[in-house]
Amino acid sequence: MTTDVEKQDPMSTPTLAPHQDAPTGHKTPEGRVGGGLFDPKQLLKSLPDAFRKLDPRVMVKSPVMFVVLVGSVLTTVFSFTDPGDWFGWTISVWLWLTVIFANLAEAVAEGRGKAQADTLRKAKTDTVARKVDGTVVAGTELSIGDLVVCEAGDVIPGDGDVVEGVASVDESAITGESAPVIRESGGDRSAVTGGTKVLSDRIVIKITTKPGETFIDRMINLVEGAARQKTPNEIALNILLASLTIVFLLACATLPPLADYAGTHLTMIVLIALLVCLIPTTIGALLSAIGIAGMDRLVQRNVLAMSGRAVEAAGDVSTLLLDKTGTITLGNRQAAEFMPVDGVTGAEVADAAQLSSLADETPEGRSVVVLAKERYGLRERELSGAEWIAFTAQTRMSGVDVDGRRIRKGAAGSVIAWVRERGGTVADDADRIANRISEAGGTPLLVALEDAEGARILGVIHLKDVVKEGMRERFEELRRMGIKTVMITGDNPLTAKAIADEAGVDDFLAEATPEDKMALIKREQAGGKLVAMTGDGTNDAPALAQADVGVAMNTGTSAAKEAGNMVDLDSNPTKLIEIVEIGKQLLITRGALTTFSIANDVAKYFAIIPALFAAVYPGLDKLNVMGLSSPDSAILSAVIFNALIIIALVPLSLKGVQYRPVSADRMLRRNLTIYGLGGLIAPFIGIKLIDLLISLIPGIG
Amino acid sequence: MGPVLAGVLQLLALIAALALAYVPLGNYMAKVYSSDKHWRVEKWIYKGIGADPDTEMRWTAYLRGVLAFSAVGVLFLYLLQRLQGVLPGSLGFKSIDPDQAFNTAVSFVTNTNWQSYYGEQAMGHVAQTAGLAVQNFVSAAVGIAVAVALVRGFARSRTGELGNFWADLVRGVVRILVPIAAIAAVVLVACGALQNFSGIHEVGQFMGGQQQWNGGAVASQEAIKELGTNGGGYFNANSAHPFENPTPFSNLFEIFLILVIPFALTRTFGLMVGSVKQGYAILATMATIWVGFVALMMWTEFSHHGPAFDIAGGAYEGKEVRFGVGASSIFATSTTLTSTGAVDSFHSSFTGLGGGITMLGMMLGEIAPGGTGSGLYGMLIMAIIAVFIAGLMVGRTPEYLGKKIGSREIKLAACYILITPALVLVFTAAAMALPTPGNSMTNSGAHGFSEILYAYTSASNNNGSAFAGLNADTQWFNTTLGLCMLLGRFLPMIFVLALAGSLAEQKPVPETAGTLRTEKPLFTGLLVGAILIITGLTYFPALALGPLAEGLAS
Repeated sequence: MTTDVEKQDPMSTPTLAPHQDAPTGHKTPEGRVGGGLFDPKQLLKSLPDAFRKLDPRVMVKSPVMFVVLVGSVLTTVFSFTDPGDWFGWTISVWLWLTVIFANLAEAVAEGRGKAQADTLRKAKTDTVARKVDGTVVAGTELSIGDLVVCEAGDVIPGDGDVVEGVASVDESAITGESAPVIRESGGDRSAVTGGTKVLSDRIVIKITTKPGETFIDRMINLVEGAARQKTPNEIALNILLASLTIVFLLACATLPPLADYAGTHLTMIVLIALLVCLIPTTIGALLSAIGIAGMDRLVQRNVLAMSGRAVEAAGDVSTLLLDKTGTITLGNRQAAEFMPVDGVTGAEVADAAQLSSLADETPEGRSVVVLAKERYGLRERELSGAEWIAFTAQTRMSGVDVDGRRIRKGAAGSVIAWVRERGGTVADDADRIANRISEAGGTPLLVALEDAEGARILGVIHLKDVVKEGMRERFEELRRMGIKTVMITGDNPLTAKAIADEAGVDDFLAEATPEDKMALIKREQAGGKLVAMTGDGTNDAPALAQADVGVAMNTGTSAAKEAGNMVDLDSNPTKLIEIVEIGKQLLITRGALTTFSIANDVAKYFAIIPALFAAVYPGLDKLNVMGLSSPDSAILSAVIFNALIIIALVPLSLKGVQYRPVSADRMLRRNLTIYGLGGLIAPFIGIKLIDLLISLIPGIG
Repeated sequence: MGPVLAGVLQLLALIAALALAYVPLGNYMAKVYSSDKHWRVEKWIYKGIGADPDTEMRWTAYLRGVLAFSAVGVLFLYLLQRLQGVLPGSLGFKSIDPDQAFNTAVSFVTNTNWQSYYGEQAMGHVAQTAGLAVQNFVSAAVGIAVAVALVRGFARSRTGELGNFWADLVRGVVRILVPIAAIAAVVLVACGALQNFSGIHEVGQFMGGQQQWNGGAVASQEAIKELGTNGGGYFNANSAHPFENPTPFSNLFEIFLILVIPFALTRTFGLMVGSVKQGYAILATMATIWVGFVALMMWTEFSHHGPAFDIAGGAYEGKEVRFGVGASSIFATSTTLTSTGAVDSFHSSFTGLGGGITMLGMMLGEIAPGGTGSGLYGMLIMAIIAVFIAGLMVGRTPEYLGKKIGSREIKLAACYILITPALVLVFTAAAMALPTPGNSMTNSGAHGFSEILYAYTSASNNNGSAFAGLNADTQWFNTTLGLCMLLGRFLPMIFVLALAGSLAEQKPVPETAGTLRTEKPLFTGLLVGAILIITGLTYFPALALGPLAEGLAS
């Protein structure tokens, strides 16, 4: 999706602060952890694991592949009874390969998580915890409620909340982000994670998780797939695949008496070959790899899903609750316009505003400087002898005293009071302009000056929320996907509506309290909708728990992280949209490969049935539409195709089927054409090609 | 007018008649099953059987009703046959043997109407009219009731209640089947079908020798035999017999009766789930398969070459000259794509491929349009399977008609689609493997195998038509085919009702732009594909050794 947005909204401003580097979220930066790319080398590397997975106790969990495993053992045994039969041996080899390929797919999918787990394990070095009472214990012996002290250079021994002090913490071990983060007692930034490192200051931490169950432990389990449980949809699909396997098992098992009557004897090897070709091995082999890869795609985007169920639910979400700040708008308000009162020029307002903001390092202050430069070409100046007046909650103003000029900017009431106090005049239209800005959803910032001519109001700075680039398009896409977006904000309804209109969300919840949020979620869910939301504060926890997909920000409190079913290590709320897309992609990949697998059967019948019976019923040779060279080669080609298609589809199953945000109808049409029709045709071509190759081998063709 | 053109014109006339009846009958049936008023005659019946028609039933209670009612039906019919020898009005026929009585009782209660007896030589007026004809009505009504329960499962939310079996059963008989069958019987009588209680007449044949003719309430039984997709003939020759099906018009009218309720039920379904478009999509799926099969059948039967065929203008063997190849093809396809099993020609004598088409029609599960009720619920099961596979491809947990298709639903649907293939294949293989059953074959080779494959396919799918040629009145066939009919009817019903109960308990999922649109042609195409591939391919090896081997030989 493009980020150079055309300016079609009159309300949007071209002025963006230069330090605007907040990600718009949906674009995965290049060069990130693979982004689902597939490296053929992984196949070789995972080969030992693939063999290890031949354990029948493991295989039995995938009914389709278990049948193939049993088939491989049987054909091998039968080959031993007739060691001179090259056909039996070749079939046996390819059946074993089919099983190995399936295991390989799973091993490769798991292998990608293992690398990540190793990195995490390094962070889990043996830590020593210093308790507040002075005793020193091993990190593994802490219990919930213990208070430990960490100072600069210490590795935090376990998950907990800061109860005293403030410190900068290096969380790169978990997030991969090298910039340190601030953790302080109280508020929504109190959670610390075991394995991260305190860089400065001293904090006291109350341990909230038992050793071995910490966030990092859970993360390792998750990325390694050890904690993987089958998701509801995966279970359902497995049931369907098992029942199809039974149907085809019946079709093959009942064939011998029929064939005997027809006057031909079918060997077990041929029957097993037929069975393996007919049961849905392609999807059976790739099903678990698809699931693991789906979780892995989330991990690569620094999102940890606590269960596969949550990932699946993400695909079903029909309502997204998005916090305004940070998700829809940039974190802070930006100066959009200088509006002078009568008798003052815009340049004068800009000049005064810029002067007063030069030392103001808040994003709002910086944006004033930037706007002054863009609009009026005012450069930043070095002021000597300036006295900076910092903003305080009491004065609600900031400013500067320099060269006999006293400039103040701030909330309307405060600035007007300041001017009156100094016996200055308050321009009639100052209030009116301020009100107009408020009504449009912006924040007015009055600028006043006191110099030789006395105190007076110069004008108003229009501060407004800046909607992130590309959000409108994003929401349109979501709408096409059938997902409703609701903006949550603490703003008053007027401001909220203005921003909602500008961003193009479907609905908004203004002056939202945690209770309002909870009520909204429950209302949507009562209508049968699945709701996704992000949150970080402790007061978000109930709503996070109630939502079907609750993404907690890693910067948030442990309560929030505990309540949500996903954690975003980047703490980027826009990622919710990506999470939904990954959930959908997971389901689509499953459906596409199932369809492909089932559609493949048609061609396999046309290869094998004439091969088995054309000798007794010559008419059946008409079904040999592919013109396969000999019965043996036909059966072998079908078996080989069946095995090779698994390997051929491994990259697709890991990467996921391409997903575009379009309506269900168009998506179905596209995927049905590719995987349904493609699944019908591809094996005809593939089997024919393999047959051509095989027939070149002397003695077979 | 050539025979091909005549066939096509008859087909078009048939489609036009079905189209005319579709909306009024569909609407009427929806009203019947949604109304909360009882007719006076119904109240008498409820009082008679001691049922409270106003209590809502959960799926288990509904199922108990179905099974109990059917068990009583089997028992009654069994006793009636066993006691025929001592009952009056039996034209002097003996009591039926236990194995055959079991087979016949099961056959009529399961809406199969497989007949291992010769109607005119075994069953008297009482057995035919008080036994068989009654089951023709109630077995059809049971089928519709189960379908309606499933539809209610889709339509209702947050309740496990599926309606009242006794009310659905009685209304199906009193308000739908009896009135239409009465009118149809009059039409058939007008065409020349028999309706009396006369005895056996000895008639001399043109070529010398004697022939026995007996009368009976033929037209009335014929009407419900077609309307209720039953198919058990009054006479052994079934609808090829001039007393049952005298003219080309009556022939076309009987095909109309076979198809009218199953097709119209899709309208009822659409109305009850609140979207007639969903009904049209199911109708389109059924119609596509039906028209496709009819076209294929006409093609194989008309285009078959050989000196005799060319002179006759098609494969005339086993077909009535008064109906022709075209109408016989339509009849054969319609009777096997529904659970009817009435025949106006001998499927065994169709070309190899033609015989295969009749078998494939049954193997698809008789869902296009299928039996009364059973066609609709069979098709909805396939729709669930198709939605599950394809629905994933739109990136959501699959849902159909606002209900999520989760593991419980898929488990029940998967069990449903397992039953008939298991019955057909296992029993066919057993018959082929054992030494004695093969003695019942009249033909050898692929055609002989087709006789047995056809018998088990017909019984397990509750069709009832026979390929002819097979001597099915043996203990082996009476028993195994009886079991196939019994299991093939009631096991699926268990899963359908369990599914209905599970669906009714769900809360509905609202439709969004991200929802798979199941009322669009794309879905219809998908559903046809899924049916042909999933159900059809199960039988490919068996079909290859029977009809395909025969049909592709020339």
